[in-house]
Formats: sequence, structure tokens, C-alpha cells
Amino acid sequence: MTTAAQSVTDQAASLSDRAYGLADEIAHLTEKVARLTAENEALLSGGGHSGFLIIGFTIFILACFVGYYVVWRVTPALHSPLMGVTNAISSVIIVGAVVAAGAATTGFSGIMGFLAVMLASINIFGGFIITNRMLSMFKKKK
Amino acid sequence: MDGLTGLAYLVAAICFIMALRGLSHPETARSGLMFGMGGMALAIVTTLFSPVIGSYLPIIAGIAIGGGIGALIAKRIEMTALPQLMAAFHSLVGLAAVFVAGSAFYDPEAFALGLPGQIKTASLIEMGLGAAIGAITFTGSIIAWGKLQGTISGKPIKFPSQNQINLLLGILVFALIFLFTVTQSPLVFWGIVGVALLLGILLIIPIGGADMPVIVSMLNSYSGWAAAGIGFTLHNPLLIITGALVGASGAILSYIMCKGMNRSFLSVILGGFGAESASGAAEDMGDRIAKIGAAEDAAYIMKNASKVIIVPGYGMAVAQAQHALREMADILKHNGVDVKYAIHPVAGRMPGHMNVLLAEANVPYDEVFEQEDINRDFAQADVAYVIGANDITNPAAKKDASSPIYGMPILDVENAKTVLFVKRSMGSGYAGIDNPLFYQDNTMMLLGDAKKMTEEIIKAME
Repeated sequence: MTTAAQSVTDQAASLSDRAYGLADEIAHLTEKVARLTAENEALLSGGGHSGFLIIGFTIFILACFVGYYVVWRVTPALHSPLMGVTNAISSVIIVGAVVAAGAATTGFSGIMGFLAVMLASINIFGGFIITNRMLSMFKKKK
Repeated sequence: MDGLTGLAYLVAAICFIMALRGLSHPETARSGLMFGMGGMALAIVTTLFSPVIGSYLPIIAGIAIGGGIGALIAKRIEMTALPQLMAAFHSLVGLAAVFVAGSAFYDPEAFALGLPGQIKTASLIEMGLGAAIGAITFTGSIIAWGKLQGTISGKPIKFPSQNQINLLLGILVFALIFLFTVTQSPLVFWGIVGVALLLGILLIIPIGGADMPVIVSMLNSYSGWAAAGIGFTLHNPLLIITGALVGASGAILSYIMCKGMNRSFLSVILGGFGAESASGAAEDMGDRIAKIGAAEDAAYIMKNASKVIIVPGYGMAVAQAQHALREMADILKHNGVDVKYAIHPVAGRMPGHMNVLLAEANVPYDEVFEQEDINRDFAQADVAYVIGANDITNPAAKKDASSPIYGMPILDVENAKTVLFVKRSMGSGYAGIDNPLFYQDNTMMLLGDAKKMTEEIIKAME
């Protein structure tokens, strides 16, 4: 009799423990949901975006300065290879094209993505190979 | 974008900067190129791991087809056709930018830009701008390609109130972008693209063949700005950094080319150079007689010289004379003659073109000098051998304020003891201007094809 009562109380205790655990988890989850919605809202309302615009613009201007100083140091003899390299690397827009081609949730967007991947690839391979060809010809006096 | 992707993109951007940095010297250039390729591979592979990507087939197919075409073209192309190739490549970047902007508009969820029809205003502006710059780059480069290739006449094409029409179309693009942010309609998007395509054509057709080095550089710059524009649309710092690097590079090259021709950037853009300038100094030269020599005379003079400076121009490349030229220089060097090459900034049809053509003919790069490094040397030179160049040696640029090329920095060929001028005929040059150098007492004209004449000189020397 006492053992049966004992097991019932034990079970009740473990049940209440688990209920506590669940409650904790729920609280945790609600917190997470709240945070995510807030983030989402910030993104959708444009708050997050204008944040990127400023960061993006900062990056852009700094990169312009880097480009300015690096390119002025390029020797005039190698201006054609410079154009070949810049042509190849400007095709890094392939990373956007890859997302469009691979995601392919809507047909038209996927087709444009595929075409963009192809065009950018022509440039990347073509640009790097032609530059390599040019540079391999520049030799010092024997 | 998660942290790891962002980090990988940063590394790729640094690789690209290293690639440009390597070009400061021919010896470091090739290792720099390796950085560039590595950066590109890293950027593509990183993107392939993005969770939005569901099917790899279209990506791999696109890279395989495009890469194959690109590799084939790059391996086969003649170095004289390099400017056309670059123009063609720029057009592809432009078109790719239009397509990426388009797919971001049709499938904004894949790029985390919101739902179709509910894209944020700022993103729409960036999309519109990216597509517009891309479209202008696309058609502009195609026209430039046609002019360089000769499919379209190199002469400037002008019509009444051209610049006003261009300005109007430019304003129309902005108006459409505004309309696009309000309506989010696909029709307006393609309207922006259409008007920008037209604008690209109209911007380049009035520009003459002589200004093509500037235009190729300018379109190089545009392709960078287009990439940066797409970077803003997709919130991708790698695209922004790379676009800015390329944009800055093209802008600097345009500036150098403009300076080499003493033209303001604006006057190049507004176009028309090379059309109306054929008159001027020509008449008062009429009664002067040029001294015409034979290959044997030239061979004798050069063999007895101690210092020869070769001034190559685009005409040399057209005649494919660079190999014969190097052979001639080898014979002279063998005879103890000091041989150097002088390169004008706009000697070829794109920046650095002449250096590549000489390098292709196995001319060592340390015998090739830029204008500012060699211009003083002409006064001590016994012979200046001008081959396929004309306007860049024209003293009228210094003396005659009425000349259309007045103020253009020239190579001081006239200061050499003897000037040997290889030319097909006594006609004027690319810019259509007579050259008083022909009638100078110390000038000897060698009339004939650049390659044949050089080969005859070689024969006479042996």
C-alpha cells in the first residue's frame, strides 16, 4: 500500500518536473520567436536595409580609394593585362547569377540566371586566359 | 549571409586587390594573376554552398558552356584584335548585370529581398540602376566593338540635337526608375532596360575611331560600376568592392588616355573628333618637298648609327611588322648599335596595346620605354625609326595653335639626327592632319608597307 502511494507521488513529482522543463522551453522559444519577428520586421520596414545602404556605401567608397592607389601603381606597360584582369574579376557578378540559376523557384528568373552564369563564365575564363597569354609574353633581356 | 560566407567573400576581395597589385611589375604580374583566379574560384565555390541553391545542373552547365566558349576565344584571338575582344567582353558583363537584376526582380525571395510585388523601395532603385548601367554598357560596348572591328564605320555618326536627345533619354531612365519603385511592374523594368539599351548605342556612335582607346577604358569602368550596382541590389560586399576596383581602374585608364591625346573627357564623350579636322595646315605645306629614300639608304644610315630609337604605331601592328622589326633590331644590336623602343600612351588602340604587341614579337620589356622616360633621349639619338605612327610624332601639336591636335604630348622625334619615316603613302594620319615632320631636312620618307620595308632593310643590312 505504502509502496503504491510512494510510486504515485514519485510519478507526480517527475511529471511536474517535466512540466517545468516544458514551460522553460516554451518561454525560451517565445523569446526566440519574438526576436526573429523583430528582426524580420526591421528588415521588411526598411530599417535593416537602410543599415546596409550605409555600410554598402562605406565599403564602396573605401574600395574606390583602394582601387585608385593600387591602379596608379600599375606600370603603363601592363595596362592591357590590367584591363584583362579587371574584365575577368568584374564578372564576379556570377555569384548573383549562380543564386538565380540554382534557386529556380520561378522559371523565367532561373533562365535569366542561367544565361547570366554563362555570360559571366565566358568573361571569367576568357579574361583570365587572355591575361595569362599576354603576361607570358613579357620577357626580360637575355 | 552567414559569417563564414562573408569571411570567404572578404578573402576573395583581398585576392582581387592582390591581383591588381601584382601588375606593378612584369615579374610579379603572373603570381598576382594566380591570386585573381583563386579569389574567383573561392567566391564561386562559397556561393555554391549557399542554402538557397537547390539544383546544381543549370549552374554547372552554364559555367561549362560559358567557360568553354571563353577559353576558346581567348586562346585563338590575335593580339592585334585585343581591343575588340575587350569591348566584346565588356558587353557581356553588361548583359549579365541586366539578367541578374532581372532575376532578382522576378524572384526576390531567392536573394532575401522580400516577396514579389513587395520589394523595398531602396532595392528597387538599386535594381533599376544596376539594370540601366548594365544595359548601357552592353549596347555601348557592342558599338565600340563594331567600330574597332570595322563592321561599323569608325567615322563619328552625328545628327541634329544629338546631345539633347541623349540627355532626354537619361532623364527618362531616372523617371522610369521612379515609376518602377511605385508600380513594381515588370513592364516598367523592361522599359528601363529598353531606354538604357538605346542610350548605350547613341552615346557611342558619335565618337570617332581616334578616341576608341578612351572609350574602351570608359566601358571597362562602366562594367565595374554595373557590378557594384548589382552588389548594392544583392547586399553583397564582394560585388561592391570588386565593382569599385574595376570602376576606378577604368576611370584612371580613361584619364591617362585623355591626357595622352590632350582631350578633355567631356569632349570625347560629346564626340565628333576626326570628322572636321582634315583641313588646316595642309595648304601651306603644298609646295614643300619631302625627301624620299630607299631601303638601302635606311640600312646604311642605321648601321652606322650608335643609337637608334624605334617609334612604333598602330600601323605597324596592322601590317604585322613587329616580328620583322625585332629581327632588324637584333641585327643592329649585333652590330653594337643601342636600340630602344619609345611608346606613346595612345600608340595602340587600347591602353598598353603596343607593349603587348612588342612583347609578342619577343622584344624584351626592358628595351621598351614610356614617353616621359625616353623623350629626352631623342636629342642624343642618331636615328628615330618611325613605323606605322604619325600623329603622335607631329610637331604641329607643339607649335601650331590652330592644329586640332595642338597641346597633345608628342614624342620628340624631330630632335633626332635623322628621322626615318616608314609610311604607306604621303597621306595624313588617323586624325586626318598633315605632319610637317615629313618635310624636315633631316627626315627621310620610306614609302611602302611597314613589314615589306623593314624586311628590305634587313636584306640590305645583311
